[in-house]
Amino acid sequence: MATEAQGEEAGGLVFHPMDQFIVEPFFGDGAVSWYTITNATVWMALAVLAVFALLVLGTSKRSVVPTRMQSVAEMAYGFIYKMVEDICGKEGVKYFPYIMTLFMFIVFANFLGLLPMAFTPTAHISVTAVMAFAVFFGVTILGFVKNGASFLSLFWVSSAPLALRPVLALIELISYFVRPVSHSIRLAGNMMAGHAVIKVFAGFGAILAIAPFSVVAITAMYGLEMLVSFIQAYVFAILTCVYLKDALHPHH
Amino acid sequence: MEGELAQMGQFIGAGLTAFGMGGAAIGVGNVAGNYLAGALRNPSAAAGQTATLFIGIAFAEALGIFSFLVALLLMFAV
Repeated sequence: MATEAQGEEAGGLVFHPMDQFIVEPFFGDGAVSWYTITNATVWMALAVLAVFALLVLGTSKRSVVPTRMQSVAEMAYGFIYKMVEDICGKEGVKYFPYIMTLFMFIVFANFLGLLPMAFTPTAHISVTAVMAFAVFFGVTILGFVKNGASFLSLFWVSSAPLALRPVLALIELISYFVRPVSHSIRLAGNMMAGHAVIKVFAGFGAILAIAPFSVVAITAMYGLEMLVSFIQAYVFAILTCVYLKDALHPHH
Repeated sequence: MEGELAQMGQFIGAGLTAFGMGGAAIGVGNVAGNYLAGALRNPSAAAGQTATLFIGIAFAEALGIFSFLVALLLMFAV
């Protein structure tokens, strides 16, 4: 983003690879307060608009022979629907809209972030943590509402030998509370690392001797990043499904 | 803490967390390699297990991401 040349060392990195993640006001400068429209706000809004355009405008005609946009929308819908049904079972289908929302938002935020000069909201732990903690609290509350106290049997592995169970319960408990952390940092870390790597290679472009290598490397990394953008959104959605399944059927 | 020495320790520690990346790489490679080995033995069952593959990769990767978290904590929180 704001790449004002620090230029202390000639031929070195003229911008910092992490500069692209700075949250700054989109209109003018000044302090960032909670109501300021920042670049993060704008790119998240664009992601929402893109989801709206694909899913609402794309399917508005509802032709029997689908247009290109409609078939992409149907494919996305069918893909997530099948995933929810496979993992959570018939009961989980009730929560399909939530998982679809998460997936579409993340996938569009990731892909829009790949545009040159774009800002990636999902590279910020604050953004992904909100989504991950929403999943975590939602799933925990749902588990207790659906199963009552027997939700705690999730931690009591009844198939293990009795002597092992307290140890396993401790491990299960820790891994349960680590879930929102790993869930959010996985997405943010992957996005941040990939974009930073592209920027680092872009910085090498300033050195004439390795500039051709740099261009090839950026191209290759960009291709990898497109793959990662999709896979991470998929992983986020699929893990939400797994957590949801644990809440609906806590018995091992 | 002493300024320079503590900062040097932070940087060294943050750099050392890159070893965690290797562990995650081994884990993810194991998952994907075993999936491929199984898929080649029984290709008809492979399609149904892609979701399991990605869950396995995600869990294996999570531990590598914790090393990234440690690096972040060392750099910005300590």
